[in-house]
Amino acid sequence: MKPAPFVHHAPRSVDEAVEVLAQAGHDGKVLAGGQSLVPVLNMRLASPGHLVDVNGIPGLDGIDVSPDAVRVGALVRHRGLERSDAAAAALPLLRQAVVNVAHPAIRNRGTTVGSLAHADPAGEMPSVLALTDGVIEAVGPDGAREIPWDAFFLGPLETSLEHDELVVAARFGRFPQGTRTAFAESARRHGDYALAGVGVAVTLADGVVSAARASFVSVTPVPSVLDLGEILGGLEPGTDAWVSALDAVADAVDEHVDPDGDIHAAAGYRRMLAAELTRRTLTAAVTDGSSEDRR
Amino acid sequence: MTDTTTSAGEQLHEVTIRVNGVSRTASVPARRLLSDFLRHDLRLTGTHVGCEHGVCGACTVLVDGEPMRSCLMFAVSAQAHEVTTVEGLCTAPDARLAPTGESMNPVQQAFSECHGLQCGFCTPGFLTTVTAYLEENPTPTSEEAREAISGNLCRCTGYQNIVKSVLRAAEIKAERADEAAARQTPEERA
Repeated sequence: MKPAPFVHHAPRSVDEAVEVLAQAGHDGKVLAGGQSLVPVLNMRLASPGHLVDVNGIPGLDGIDVSPDAVRVGALVRHRGLERSDAAAAALPLLRQAVVNVAHPAIRNRGTTVGSLAHADPAGEMPSVLALTDGVIEAVGPDGAREIPWDAFFLGPLETSLEHDELVVAARFGRFPQGTRTAFAESARRHGDYALAGVGVAVTLADGVVSAARASFVSVTPVPSVLDLGEILGGLEPGTDAWVSALDAVADAVDEHVDPDGDIHAAAGYRRMLAAELTRRTLTAAVTDGSSEDRR
Repeated sequence: MTDTTTSAGEQLHEVTIRVNGVSRTASVPARRLLSDFLRHDLRLTGTHVGCEHGVCGACTVLVDGEPMRSCLMFAVSAQAHEVTTVEGLCTAPDARLAPTGESMNPVQQAFSECHGLQCGFCTPGFLTTVTAYLEENPTPTSEEAREAISGNLCRCTGYQNIVKSVLRAAEIKAERADEAAARQTPEERA
């Protein structure tokens, strides 16, 4: 339960980090918060020869709100995002989701961008990046590039990031005016990996739904967005038509998700949870005005 | 920072961390976990190591006042930070001498009063976690107290007395804050 030996690098700039990563080749790994990486090292599921500790690089710990996006730097801890009133006002979904990430002691150290780069299907923030149509900002030896979320997540724990690239920030897209969001998950204990989770975004125009989307945690191999616009479009929340459309939503979720069963829950149970949580979060989103994207 | 190597050829780093208000230095390999740095190198064995993958919460210490898992941090990454272990809680400004003769902070006092421990293995993690939690939420409900300790495992108590201890600790903390305020002279208050 102790990590294998490794060489510790503490670069002072992004360029230096990229240089070290390039030298280390496939034997290098980036260390930010380490809340997913260190357990893997402790259990010796991985034993990279070089750890590139980016905690000392200045300028990566900012949260910037622009009209289109909330940009979260690579060293912003989950807790920092949770406490950011500016981020919560611009994109309420961020706080709604990030409080579900593990326990406070983990959120105090773990970084949001690290969770994205780790690409665990049970991670909350990859699902949020998908739902917000977010973008990853990476820097490599050839300079900076932007990777849209759907080109970033390739499979469980697998991304399109090159071994010599460093994610310096993630941009979570802001929703159109009138969008309401909600996030919910079900876990054995609060803070544990979710058996199933869902985030939803419902845009209302003149009292009726103009757009609706959902993305999931723990029940799809990679984050993916389910467009519910066809089912819910034109409906007024709370009406009989809306309530009966939620049954069609549940069917669509059932079709969309592809959970695995394990010791904690059977696949069928997770499927049922995903459908029911979607039904509930949609209702919560349209009845709780505080979740509205304010600009 | 790099000093020598171990007999196995592993590079050693001179690591300096401020622990419980005292600057401590040791020569350790990069892979030394903060938990092992505290226990093995500094002989501060109050921090307990349970699962070593961040699940049990026994090794929780305060890093710059925030609870973190010392088993999920390397000592080299903790440099330039202020670490508080369970040994450091008894010197908190609101620690008082208990009837048993030890100095205890409000959380330690509450765990003692409410039988918030049996074997005591998980206790250091609970004490640090709850101490930080009450700074953020000084008046938790019973429900909030349960959520606050959800990241720490205890195999003895069934948690009931730990929840009571959290609520009692909030009371003691408030009492001691009132005492301190009453002792202040008017000039100090101004």
